Amino acid sequence: MAVRPESLAHPVAGRPFTLRGLLEREGVFSWLMLSPGVLFLLAFVAYPFFYGIFLSLQDRRVASTGVFVGLANFVTLAHDAVFWQVTGNTFFYVAVTTVFKLVGGLGMALVMNQQFRGRNLVRAFLLLPFIVPTALSTIAWMWILDPTFSVVNWLLVHGGVISSGYSFLGNASLAMWSLVVVNTWRGMPFYGITLLAGLQTVSPDLYEAAAIDGATTAQRFLYVTLPVIKPVLIIVTMFSVIFTFGDFQLIYTLTHGGPANATHVFSTWAFDIGMSAGQLGMGAAVALAMLPALAVLIVALTVYLRRE
Amino acid sequence: MVGGRDFLGRLRRLYLPLAVFVVLMLFPFYWMLITSIKPNRELYSQKIMPLIVYQPTLKHYIDLLWETNFLTWTYNTLLVAIVTTVVSVVLATMMAYPLARMRFPGAAVVAIGVAATYLVPQPLLFIPMADIINRLELGNTLTAVMLTYPTLLIPFSAWLLMGYFKSVPRELEEAARIDGASRFQAMTRIVLPLCTPGLLSAAIFSFTLAQNEFLYALIFLAKSDVRTVPIGVVTELIRGDVFYWGQLMAGALLGSVPVAIIYSFFVEYYVAGLTAGSVKN
Repeated sequence: MAVRPESLAHPVAGRPFTLRGLLEREGVFSWLMLSPGVLFLLAFVAYPFFYGIFLSLQDRRVASTGVFVGLANFVTLAHDAVFWQVTGNTFFYVAVTTVFKLVGGLGMALVMNQQFRGRNLVRAFLLLPFIVPTALSTIAWMWILDPTFSVVNWLLVHGGVISSGYSFLGNASLAMWSLVVVNTWRGMPFYGITLLAGLQTVSPDLYEAAAIDGATTAQRFLYVTLPVIKPVLIIVTMFSVIFTFGDFQLIYTLTHGGPANATHVFSTWAFDIGMSAGQLGMGAAVALAMLPALAVLIVALTVYLRRE
Repeated sequence: MVGGRDFLGRLRRLYLPLAVFVVLMLFPFYWMLITSIKPNRELYSQKIMPLIVYQPTLKHYIDLLWETNFLTWTYNTLLVAIVTTVVSVVLATMMAYPLARMRFPGAAVVAIGVAATYLVPQPLLFIPMADIINRLELGNTLTAVMLTYPTLLIPFSAWLLMGYFKSVPRELEEAARIDGASRFQAMTRIVLPLCTPGLLSAAIFSFTLAQNEFLYALIFLAKSDVRTVPIGVVTELIRGDVFYWGQLMAGALLGSVPVAIIYSFFVEYYVAGLTAGSVKN
């Protein structure tokens, strides 16, 4: 049971209080190493977090002192139809993109989990949407969805599917679906590549055994593959949900929350109120409105990760 | 050996779906490239078939490099990404090492804190952060982003590195200490060299995250000469008039090049980092 005495028994006998002896103690060494990072995160994550709660209880505009208003900002939000629209948009965006990314990513992983030449190269290319700066790839999508010169419209019109082009980003529901498509495009490789790594841990023996027992492809997937990759599936999905929930740059770049708030989510609306309109208190309140759902997700993920 | 039926099966199960995925994932990049080398008369005509380019030109690239601040933005982005990557990986290593290998009071709290910090999204913090940066009078300085990016990079890197540090057998370190090495020497000479792949993964991830960061840069960097590439391209190259798409796509493509190059060299480490959290070995 040498938890701590190890450092005491170290050859510092006779001079127990040398600097070296002190530094060799696990607790002292650990905290010396930890403190710069911990202090930094306390100052630039923990402090802003609590300061944000403090701001949300104030009527505070840029370049002026705040007035404490209690929960007034939250009450105002609860009576604002736009707030509920934004809430609905956020949940729609997260839910629909998650389903698409999960299904598409699983498909990608299953296709990639076969033997073929150049597989690593293909994997590297398939991950590109995920690693390229999102704002920049989103601009390419803006051009793909341009009202006048959209290549999608060109293909649809010349393919005889429609007679005149859509205004993808000008129409409320088309704009939301455009965001869903772009987010799916960006996030699907993350699912695909991590699930592929999960699939590669499935032992071929299991498939053979299942084949001998006469299992169909669907049965093999349901009873052999799925149970093995379930932990990966859950973790990847939870990570992705948390990050999609806080997505900002894709929506800000593609639609700015428009047309007429149709695609605003918590983060972009908080930006408009807090930064563009300079109402720091109200903006902080909007941002905090995503905390309850987020807290549930984060706690669930943390518990799951620790249990694993 | 490869019978016709075999090939058809493979076509259906592998080549066709694979082709669909590859085309869907890469089309936007093809579109960036082809737009950036098209002359305006091809770009803004609805009659010409848009999928190929007839008379390629480098005009948009020349305009981008000489008439905008693109090179300054590139310099800023690389400077910020390199500085924040180095700072973050060093601090994250210092945090992950004791968390992974030592027993000491407070370890569990710090470990949970790091995980929670990683999961807290930026939009929850950016408004108070803006106020703090203002009060520190750091608005429109690269220091503002160099100070705030590590909040995103350290928790992730620390979390990733903990996994690698845990995998090194304790006996190696103990042997070194019996030979007279201090704890710090055991770490820098024994454990860290063995964890080079993990350190590379953390560094590459941090580098791409720093290049990708948008929200803080948007808020803190309002002057053209301190902007990073994503912010510069989105706020300055998207203009009111119609005829800017060639330059915009040139900017988007060139802005993606540094990340793509780093990534292409270290793709294995990137994938390892990506999957380390979700796949147990």
